[in-house]
Amino acid sequence: MSITEWFKAKNKYIPVEKSGTRLNIPDGIWSKCAACNEIIFQKEVVRNFKVCPKCNHHFKLTAEERVNLLLDDGSFVEFNGGMISNDPLDFEISKSYRVSLNQAQEISGLKEAIVTGEGKIDDRLIIFGVMDFRFIGGSMGSVVGEKVTRAIEKALEENLPLVLVCSSGGARMQEGMFSLMQMAKTSAAIARFKQKKNPYISILTNPTTGGVSASFATLADLIIAEPEALIGFAGPRVIEQTIKQKLPKGFQSAELMLKHGMIDLIVHRKDLKNTLSKLLNFLY
Amino acid sequence: MARYVLDFEKPIFELQRKLDLLKKVSPLEKTDLTAEIEDLEHKIEKLKVRIYSHLSPWEKVQVSRHPDRPKTLDYINNIFTDFIEIHGDKLFRDDLSIIGGFGFLNDVKVMIVGHQKGKNAKENILYNFGSPHPEGIRKALRLMKLAEKFSLPVISFIDTAGAYPGIEAEERGQALAIASNLMEMSALKVPIIVSNIGEGGSGGALALGLGDKIFMLENSYYSVISPEGCASILLKSENGDSSKAKAEASTALKLTADELLERGLIDGIIREPLGGAHHNPSEVFVELKQALVSSLLELKKLSTNKLLEKRYNRYRKMGVFIES
Repeated sequence: MSITEWFKAKNKYIPVEKSGTRLNIPDGIWSKCAACNEIIFQKEVVRNFKVCPKCNHHFKLTAEERVNLLLDDGSFVEFNGGMISNDPLDFEISKSYRVSLNQAQEISGLKEAIVTGEGKIDDRLIIFGVMDFRFIGGSMGSVVGEKVTRAIEKALEENLPLVLVCSSGGARMQEGMFSLMQMAKTSAAIARFKQKKNPYISILTNPTTGGVSASFATLADLIIAEPEALIGFAGPRVIEQTIKQKLPKGFQSAELMLKHGMIDLIVHRKDLKNTLSKLLNFLY
Repeated sequence: MARYVLDFEKPIFELQRKLDLLKKVSPLEKTDLTAEIEDLEHKIEKLKVRIYSHLSPWEKVQVSRHPDRPKTLDYINNIFTDFIEIHGDKLFRDDLSIIGGFGFLNDVKVMIVGHQKGKNAKENILYNFGSPHPEGIRKALRLMKLAEKFSLPVISFIDTAGAYPGIEAEERGQALAIASNLMEMSALKVPIIVSNIGEGGSGGALALGLGDKIFMLENSYYSVISPEGCASILLKSENGDSSKAKAEASTALKLTADELLERGLIDGIIREPLGGAHHNPSEVFVELKQALVSSLLELKKLSTNKLLEKRYNRYRKMGVFIES
C-alpha cells in the first residue's frame, strides 16, 4: 500500500447510524416506544416513572421529574437558582452561544443545565443536584461547575450526604478552557469532601460522558447507574471514527461498565429512591 | 533535507530553495552573485518575520503538532540530569504514551511526568501518538504519589491530542482514571509545575495538568476540544472538515497561550524562536529551565498547607457567571 492509499484508507470512516431513542415521549394517548417500537399507553408510561412497560427502556427525565421521583414531597429547596452563564469567550460559530443559551432556557424552562439544592429522602436531609440533558446536552460550563462545587462545599460544611444525578455530554465547548477547568474545580472540591465521613452517591443516567464522567460523576463513594444508560469518556462516534470499526451493541452501557467493575450497581428507576434511602442508611 | 513544511510556511521554503540553488551555482558562474545571495537572504529573513510573528490560532495549532518540535524526552534530556525512567502503573501494563521518572533540576531532586509523542511514524506507533490509555494516566498518578511520599516536586509536561478514545480504554475506565488524577493532584502535598510544550488536548492533557504553576510555550495550545472536533460538531460534516472551519474553531475556542494568560488560566508563556521551538530548541530549553527553577524556588517557600490552599483557591476561582 502506498502512502497516499494509506491516507485514503485512514479517512474512510465507518458510517454511524443514528440512535433510535428519541429524547422525549411524544404527546398523545398512545405512542410508540423509540427503543422497542411497541405501542405504549402514555399514562402507563408516566405511571411507570417514564420507563417503557414493554422493554424497560428508561426515557430521559427532566430535572423537575427527577426531584419528584427521588425527594420527599415538597422538601426540595433550590440553591443559586438565578446563576446564569456569561459567555466569557464571546463564542460564535454558526450560532452564537448567547442564542444557544436563550434557546436552552426556553426549551427547558431552566436557567442552566443543573439544579441544586437540599431536600429529603425518607426524612433524611441531603444536598442534591440533578442535571438536565435538555439544556445544551447537560454540558458543564462555569455555572454547572460552580453550582456542583457549591453543593459539595455546602454538604461538607453542614455534614450532609451528597447525591448528584448526572446526565451530560461533557464539558461545554462554548466556554472553552473555562469549561475544562470546571473538571479540576469540582474534583478538587470532592477531594476536600472526602476528608470527612459524609457519603457521596452519584447516579449516572443516560448519557453520562466526557468532562462530567471524567470528574465529579465518577468520584463518588458509590456510583449507581440506570439500566442501559450510556456511560463512558469518549462518545461512541468519536471512538468509531478513531478505531474505524462499528462498536459492538451495548458497548459503553451501564451493564458493560458494571461487568468491567467501573460502577457499583444498576438500579431500575422504580427502585431508585428506595435503594438510595437504604444505602444512605449504611453510610450515614 | 526532507522537512515537514506547513502550508503557511511554503513561501519561505520556496525562497530558501532558490537561495540554496543560487549558492550551489554561484562558484560555477563567472558573474559575482554575492549581491543576489545577500538580497535573497535578507528577503527570507523579512518574510520569516512577517509570517512567523503573527501566527493565527489555527497556524499555532499546526506548529504545536509539528513532528520536528521537541518532545518531552528532549526536554528531559536537555533540562534535567541523571534521569532514571520508571515504568508501569503496577496494575495493568506500561503505557509508553506517558514517560516519567526521577531527575535533577540543577541540584534539586524532582519527579518528572509527561506525555511522550514520537517524531516519526514508527515512534508514534510506539508512543500511541502521546494519547494515553487509563493505565498511562494511572502510571502518571503512581509516580506523583511516589513523589509525594518522598517529598519530590513534580514537573509535568503536557503534549497530547487527548486521552485515547478506544474500546479497551473505555473498558478500563478512562473517565475514572482522569477524574482520579484530578482529585489526587488537587491535594498532592508537593509542588506541581506544569508546562504545556505542544498540544493540550482536553481531559487527557488536564489529567497531568493540574498544578501550582502552569506554563505554556508560545505556540502550544490548550483546549476543551480539538479545533477539528469543535468544527465538525458545530459546522456539520463537510464544512467542518475544511481548514477554514478549523481556523474558525481555533479562533473561537481562545486556545492560544496569549488568550489563556489574558484570562488568568495560566501563569506564564515561554517564548519560542521564530517559526517555533524546533527552529532553535536549545533556546527554549534554557528559557523553560529558568522558569522551572525560579517557580520551584518560589513554591518551596510555602508550607504544605499554604501550597494546597493556594492550589485549591486557584481552581476554585475559575469560571465566569452572573448571579442574580
